[in-house]
Amino acid sequence: MVVNGKEIGAKGNISVKQLLEEMCIDDSIVVVEADCEIVPREKYEVWMLDEASRVEIVSFVGGG
Amino acid sequence: MVSCINGILKNLTVGIAGIGGLGSNAAVSLARMGIGRLVLADFDVVDESNLNRQYYMIRHLGMKKAQAIQQVIGDINPQVDVESHDVYVDSHNAPEIFKDADIIIEAFDVASCKAEFVNSILQNTGKKLIAASGLAGLGTANSIVTRKVSERLYIVGDGVSGLSEGEKLLASRVAIAANHQANLAVRLLIGEDI
Repeated sequence: MVVNGKEIGAKGNISVKQLLEEMCIDDSIVVVEADCEIVPREKYEVWMLDEASRVEIVSFVGGG
Repeated sequence: MVSCINGILKNLTVGIAGIGGLGSNAAVSLARMGIGRLVLADFDVVDESNLNRQYYMIRHLGMKKAQAIQQVIGDINPQVDVESHDVYVDSHNAPEIFKDADIIIEAFDVASCKAEFVNSILQNTGKKLIAASGLAGLGTANSIVTRKVSERLYIVGDGVSGLSEGEKLLASRVAIAANHQANLAVRLLIGEDI
């Protein structure tokens, strides 16, 4: 699985929510794209990723 | 190319979500460049603490930002059609507020609001969106960049300098990020890319 351009060697099927937890990323401050599709926030628990998934996680910091 | 920009921009609309440090500065640059219409939204009031970076004057203190920005832009370029909404933007009302925008700029302050807005626009519209993340503090100006994340999402900033790191928001880097956003908005509107 490639996350933000880096191969992370994921073990198998995991949900978007599990991936965010493993990476210690707060799911309220992210936008997640998996295989060129925006993953709706309400689907993080059920949206499954596998070895071939290409994931882009944009994590926002405050300030404006 | 530059000479014909005005002819193109005068018929186009940019939406800006949040008219604080990022949004007010981006709106002013777009007005100076001759954008035809701005759709702006913010529920907040101009506060003394805003004057260190936001495009408001002492005479605007206590005024709704949605009203104050009309004055600011009217004083610079009265030909711009400014539609400003005094409303708290959330994932539900965002697509409707910005339905007429050709390009949308995310200019909120709070990280979770940024994420909520970007998710909503990308899921519910087909529009391109320029967000910002990482512009606090007094780090080098050269770390603030524009990045294309996906076909419709661009992010401006250094990606890391946030409020949670104890950094303050200062005029120079906020305006740099805001003008990255305004510059990319114009480039996309005239058919260029990052």
